[in-house]
Amino acid sequence: MRKNLLYTLLAGILLNGCSKSIDEQNMHYPMLNPTKPDANAGTWKPILLAAANEFACPAPIATTSPDYVIQLNEIKSFQNGISNEERKLVEYWGAGAVLRWNEIMRELVALHNLPPYQNPDGTYPVPSANNPLAYPTFPFANPPYAARAYAYLSASQYDALVACYYYKQLYNRAAPFTVDPTGIQTLLPKSTLPSYPSEDAVVMGVSVEMLKLLFPGDQDYINQRAEEHKRARIIAGANVRSDLDVGEALGKLVASKFITRARGDRAGAAVGNATLWNKLKNDCIARGEIPWISQESPERPPMLPAFGAVRTFLFDSLTMVTAIRPGPPPSTGSAQLKAETEEIYQISKDLTRDQLRIAIFWADGLRTYTPPGHWNYIAANDFANERFSEPRWARNMALLNMAMMDAAVVCWDTKFTYFNPRPSQMDPRIKTPIGLPNFPSYISGHSTFSAAAATVLSYIFPSKAQQYNDWAREASVSRMYGGIHYRSDCETGLVTGNKVGAYAVNRGHTDGAE
Amino acid sequence: MRKKIRFLLIFCISLQTAIAQTDIDGLMMQKKFFCVGPTAGYSSFKNYWEGTLKRDNLNMGRVSTTNFMIMGNYGVTRRLNVLFGLPYIKTKASAGQMAGQKGLQDLSLWLKWVGYEKHLFKGDLQLMLIGGYSTPVSNYSPDILPLSLGLHSRTTTTRFMLDYQRGHWFGTVSYSYNFRDNVKLDRYTYYTTEMHYSNEVRMPDASQWNFRAGYRSEVIIAEAILNKWTTLGGFDIPRNGSPFVSNNMDATSIGINLKYETPLDGLSVVANGSTVLAGRNVGQSTGFNAGVFYIFDFGKKTKSTNEKDKGKQPKK
Repeated sequence: MRKNLLYTLLAGILLNGCSKSIDEQNMHYPMLNPTKPDANAGTWKPILLAAANEFACPAPIATTSPDYVIQLNEIKSFQNGISNEERKLVEYWGAGAVLRWNEIMRELVALHNLPPYQNPDGTYPVPSANNPLAYPTFPFANPPYAARAYAYLSASQYDALVACYYYKQLYNRAAPFTVDPTGIQTLLPKSTLPSYPSEDAVVMGVSVEMLKLLFPGDQDYINQRAEEHKRARIIAGANVRSDLDVGEALGKLVASKFITRARGDRAGAAVGNATLWNKLKNDCIARGEIPWISQESPERPPMLPAFGAVRTFLFDSLTMVTAIRPGPPPSTGSAQLKAETEEIYQISKDLTRDQLRIAIFWADGLRTYTPPGHWNYIAANDFANERFSEPRWARNMALLNMAMMDAAVVCWDTKFTYFNPRPSQMDPRIKTPIGLPNFPSYISGHSTFSAAAATVLSYIFPSKAQQYNDWAREASVSRMYGGIHYRSDCETGLVTGNKVGAYAVNRGHTDGAE
Repeated sequence: MRKKIRFLLIFCISLQTAIAQTDIDGLMMQKKFFCVGPTAGYSSFKNYWEGTLKRDNLNMGRVSTTNFMIMGNYGVTRRLNVLFGLPYIKTKASAGQMAGQKGLQDLSLWLKWVGYEKHLFKGDLQLMLIGGYSTPVSNYSPDILPLSLGLHSRTTTTRFMLDYQRGHWFGTVSYSYNFRDNVKLDRYTYYTTEMHYSNEVRMPDASQWNFRAGYRSEVIIAEAILNKWTTLGGFDIPRNGSPFVSNNMDATSIGINLKYETPLDGLSVVANGSTVLAGRNVGQSTGFNAGVFYIFDFGKKTKSTNEKDKGKQPKK
């Protein structure tokens, strides 16, 4: 009896000592092996570059030259005694350069998605790009900041790949495994395209520069990932050193164009100042409406009130104001808003477990990659299944992310045009399980982002349109379950997001990639 | 913005001190006796530790937990007891916008076994081995801390305990190791100190030291308690961030526990209080619990839960 009991207890200990390891979905992507190589991607229409060859790329050395042989030998030395860890590195990066650098951005967004703590006097400090490691660290990667960051990364990757594919065709230098088929192993699916300049290095070069701009305090980490990426390409036998060096340099040149645009797109002034914050409130009162107030303690200035003035990618500001920005929300004195407030109270009072699940699933709040990041993840999974080429990955990600950035601009423009209070301001009985965003209610950001994303993804995968639209509607209604948006915020958000997405689809029709 | 803290761990610890004959004291129920009863408790905190930084949070105010619990202890033999506990929990933040939660939390089951007894230096020494298992009985979310009902992690506990009583004075020391299963979230990515693409969170195990000493008679138990909970891994809440289920939560708390055997045969009342002195990624919680217990005698013998003193009965 005594012995049996002891054994039972010991068995319990042993059984529980078993593996707790977690199966991470992003470690299961197949190695990139495009169904369509898109060899003509050098003819696709760039976003900012005047032409694919705006930046010069030097002619490569011949594969018969002694210097090239030295580079082949570098690969052989890396491949001699390859470790398991190195194999894993090759497989990890082999899933795709656009995929992995997009994933790195998502991680940096999540890391930086925390609001600053207040000063002793109850004001709030603003993160500074010039002093990114001092508290509050730069940036506060909130949804508008993130939407813009994803757009710049993807758009610049796309332009860099257009340039890269132009020069691939122009110089037509064979890959190392073609030049020396007996001496070089290939650990990745063999690309049929010329390897100079390397598409991986181009993506890496442009991404490093964009990430350094957007996350200036994380340069050490960014550089470390870049070194890893280059090493993986050499170990894989996919590129020689000059494929990579020239590709990286070309990527950096393309980045300079996007960095110039980013510095001048007015995002740096989006935080606003006390004068603007008061004006927004007073203008709203002058219109006879109850203005939004911060329900944080101490009162926090609204998130990026001037983000609506940021330069969009897909349309100009006049189009935004006249053709896209929705009309006003129900008046704060109206019976409709009263009824909509009551609806949210009733939902929040008797929230079901499934409604809570949906609210949490789509919340994408603090310490997450934000709603645009969520749609990037959805897109990445579908793009990986579809086995897109690198330029097609970048083109589709650019369409998606330009749409979501412009959706953020339109949404923020609308929020601060109307300065509408949240349901919990109208009825203090309303509480939230997921946190109350600190900016005006109308229109719902999640709805606008999600509808824009669903429109673009439905264009890319028409057969999945129903699924994307269902997800967008679920993301939208999740904000009502969260007790933080009225129905009209969500429905108008969806309509507006769809409109923004249509501009990206139109660009897709004319960029030469269809 | 949500800013939350964690109360639950502290709450669980205070629950364990709620009554006599718990999984963490040196008392045993006699053969075929079944002691059962309800308890109620309240604990709250205003300050918490964000990592090692102690702070308050104006957007949460005072975070409180109210609990109602049914607990029971059955004597299979004098040396082997089976215990259970099932709490209903209600959480609330006194300020800010975060919604409180309510519902049934985790069912815990324990086997408590006296492995060795010896009369030593005019007192009685017991070595005990205790095994516990707790599992969520409702589908609550562990992802809205500090207002979640719990961590939603199935936990297996192994506890070694040494109890010594001489006259009416006693001391008990125990060490527990808590194996904690991974938990699942309602989302498929989350960030700890790096990004994770899974709905599953790896939970660090936890250890617990518990020291208790005081007076134990047929009628009254009065004891002081020192408890130290250490999470073996996990990460700190980032600056101005929210708590997360796999945080590195540590807490050192002190408390007192009182029990009175009423003149009514088999009926006892208990009350206790505890407060956290030092912690990490937990609330500086103070709590009180009270309960009423009744002993059903399936063996038709005398009734007292303080078996130690009645317990100079012949051993089997």
